[in-house]
Amino acid sequence: MSAAPEHAPTMAQLPLMQRLAPWMPVLLIPVLIVLGFLAIPSSTSWLTLTVSGLAMGMMIFIMASGLTLVFGLMDVINFGHGAFVSVGAFVGVSVLLLLGQMTSAPSLALNLAALMVAVFGAMAATGVMGWAFEKVIVEPVYGHHLKQILVTMGGLIVVEQLIIVLWGPEEIYIARPEALKGAVTFAGAAIEKYRLVAVGIGLVVFLAMRWVLRHTKIGLIVRAGVENGEMVQALGYRLRLVFVGVFIAGSALAGLGGVMWGLYQEVITAHMGNQAMILIFIVVIIGGLGSVEGCFIGALLVGLMQNYVAFLEPKAALISNIGLMVAILMWRPMGMIPVVKAK
Amino acid sequence: MSDPILKLEGVYTNIAQYHILQGVDLEVPRGAVTMLLGRNGVGKTTTLRTIIGHWRAHEGRILLDGEDITRLPTPAIARAGVGFVPEDMGIFADLTVEENMRLAAVSGPIDPARLDWVFSAFPPLKTFWKSEAGNLSGGQKQMLSIARAMIEERRLYLIDEPTKGLAPAIISTMARALRDLKDQGASILLVEQNFSVARALGDGANVMDDGRMVWSGEMKQLATDAELQERLMGLSMEAH
Amino acid sequence: MIKTLLSGDMPRSVPLTVILGLILVCLALAPFLFPGVRTVDTAARICIFVVLVASYDLLLGYGGIVSFAHTMFFGLGAYGVALASTHMGRGFDALLVGSVSGALTAAALALVIGLFSLRVRAIFFAMITLAVASAVAVLVSQLSGLTGGEDGLTFKTPRALGPAFKFGGELFGVKLNGKLLSYYLIFFGSLILFLLLLRVVNSPFGRVLQAIRENDFRAEAIGYRVVHYRVAATCLSASVAALAGSLYAIWLRYVGPDTALSMEIMIDILLMVVIGGMGTMYGAVIGATVFVIAQNYLQNLMGVASGVVEGLPVLPELLSADRWLLWLGVLFILSVYFFPTGVVGRLRAQK
Repeated sequence: MSAAPEHAPTMAQLPLMQRLAPWMPVLLIPVLIVLGFLAIPSSTSWLTLTVSGLAMGMMIFIMASGLTLVFGLMDVINFGHGAFVSVGAFVGVSVLLLLGQMTSAPSLALNLAALMVAVFGAMAATGVMGWAFEKVIVEPVYGHHLKQILVTMGGLIVVEQLIIVLWGPEEIYIARPEALKGAVTFAGAAIEKYRLVAVGIGLVVFLAMRWVLRHTKIGLIVRAGVENGEMVQALGYRLRLVFVGVFIAGSALAGLGGVMWGLYQEVITAHMGNQAMILIFIVVIIGGLGSVEGCFIGALLVGLMQNYVAFLEPKAALISNIGLMVAILMWRPMGMIPVVKAK
Repeated sequence: MSDPILKLEGVYTNIAQYHILQGVDLEVPRGAVTMLLGRNGVGKTTTLRTIIGHWRAHEGRILLDGEDITRLPTPAIARAGVGFVPEDMGIFADLTVEENMRLAAVSGPIDPARLDWVFSAFPPLKTFWKSEAGNLSGGQKQMLSIARAMIEERRLYLIDEPTKGLAPAIISTMARALRDLKDQGASILLVEQNFSVARALGDGANVMDDGRMVWSGEMKQLATDAELQERLMGLSMEAH
Repeated sequence: MIKTLLSGDMPRSVPLTVILGLILVCLALAPFLFPGVRTVDTAARICIFVVLVASYDLLLGYGGIVSFAHTMFFGLGAYGVALASTHMGRGFDALLVGSVSGALTAAALALVIGLFSLRVRAIFFAMITLAVASAVAVLVSQLSGLTGGEDGLTFKTPRALGPAFKFGGELFGVKLNGKLLSYYLIFFGSLILFLLLLRVVNSPFGRVLQAIRENDFRAEAIGYRVVHYRVAATCLSASVAALAGSLYAIWLRYVGPDTALSMEIMIDILLMVVIGGMGTMYGAVIGATVFVIAQNYLQNLMGVASGVVEGLPVLPELLSADRWLLWLGVLFILSVYFFPTGVVGRLRAQK
């Protein structure tokens, strides 16, 4: 009837620092924003840069989230992930160009409808492509990192070249839908409307992903699978199917990120995905491979850093993010939110 | 004798270039606790892992209720009604106790009556229901691991060293819970190094050495025969 | 004698020996066998890429480490020579200073990256090198004051290596000039570096590296500090890559992002090492030779094929000479699946 005395609660109050430790990564974001405020002379520029940093971070998060989960779940590292970003951008932009009348109409509803069609088109295309990529490229090399890196890199080259075959070698310029052009003024700072939309979409994706991971059975299986896939199978769940599902979802999200990134830059190239991969890799490494929360925080940090530094010293922007990565790995070698593997 | 719930016939398992199991024969009768004993490294854990399908048998057959499960994937074996408590407990540390239990209830929502029964066996799980499993103590984690297997009725429970590294008071909680499970008519294959627990719970006993079954019989007989113990396991259980 | 030169690592296959011998003879006598600006240029490129790919093989094939920064190290050597020659004036001293400082910088950078990423997880290395190499490439094209930016740097090598320097009449109809000397500098430089790498992989160090590739846990358990060996291999591989870059800069008398830093070269290296055969060293010779020749001549062939199917949908686009990377990509994936041991592995297995 009685529990043994040793079962006394172990959740006694921990020292402050120890209780704070899990929140440290989150705190880095306001710290970086404050540092930005101190370094940037004009507060309106600072506000503009902060919003664009957050927007960029959200887009990187959307592109990177699938990569980190796929790694967490099956220990598969997909160097070809950038291909989905490029394909998403090309499909989405093509749809938008087809719907030119809707995007150039001065009606928010029509613009958004066109955007929705483009996004769904891009996500459907990259989702299907993700399924095929998993089957053809990734499945034969499970459990073999070296071959995974080589083969997925090969897949990336092939996809990039196929994009050029289908869409031509020239970059494609794309104008944002009419209602998303221009900027709003807030506290004296001009903030592009599109960036606000990007922040909104990013937040929605992040919260939806969190909700699925926390409150659905599939989410439980994914989280448990990241930690100990073998045990998930021993409980009776077919991890392989879940993994394919996550791979497809991650590819579709990369496609969504591609459309958003394309509209952000207003120009797309076959190599844009591979270029985005530089930041994506930095984000998943500093976030902790396999951690969605870490990925989110990492993406915001990278987005903010990139924008602040680009304003202060344009040439140092990319290097500053390498510096950020080095600093974070010195602090936590496995990333900000390390995923503990049971094996 | 009715047919056994589980039967292994000449099972060989290789891990990398090592031949761990070399023709294991084993019968687990229904509604009884069958002990799997032997020194460290003789293949007890590998036997359980082969049954659940983590390792593949290269030769031989594994029959669950007469049905061949040798080549089934792990999830299918689990869904056929095999509950597994691994040696490392396999707790999902990032998930709460509740989430661990919800995952373990494969066929649907948790049955409240059964949950109450689990709580009565392991009260701390109720206390820490909403806590992350990673914050539990070692004994509590072991309780959670067994509770996950108990939360649904399984045809067979595979339990690997549930008392390893635990304090005596928790061991008695563990033993009581397993007794409880046994009294409900469960079929259990139990790997156990703790002699008093083995003697208290075991109906049948099987002793392994070097990847083979070297003795099968009544637990009572093994428990009272120090010379037999010495011969089979290289040490007398009484010494513990 | 030959056995000592090859560090006891013989080709171990008759066809392979014949092919390697043929390549060696052709490269050694290239200016005489195939006089012509383009063919000699091709031969020099083959020499340099053999070294570059072999140094990558040390990492990938022997160490089991994937790096995407190999072009960066290559570029460091190339820019080292270019910068030294620009600032010190033409001269052999500038070449030496440039090569040595390029190699040392490469080793130092490799040490830092290696310590950071290999300590935690070998897979970090691939991702971090990709990020760092891309950042460096962007930085080099931005720092145009120092590096010439996208245009790169054209510089003068010592007079003795230029076509204007003559030291005799003709030999077998080939003009004895500085360009010939330059070729032989490249050829012997590459030969020495290749033999050096062959020595390294057949030394105790190389054997430990292979043991780590097979099973790093066991190697660590036996008492080898896995990280130390991996980092050392990274540094060595980086410095040899930098030296290959120096040779390339000396040959071209030019350095720019496209010739020394682009991601495309990295992909070329990957293709060469996989097609030739990972972990064999001789694979680098075969891979580089096949690839460089294909790069020069196959593209013409594809152009012809594209012309033949003109008028059909998509096909001409697929076969266009510009799309040859597409087919290399496909070939690459198929090689990793079906010929993971490459040409050399195949030839050796055929006994």
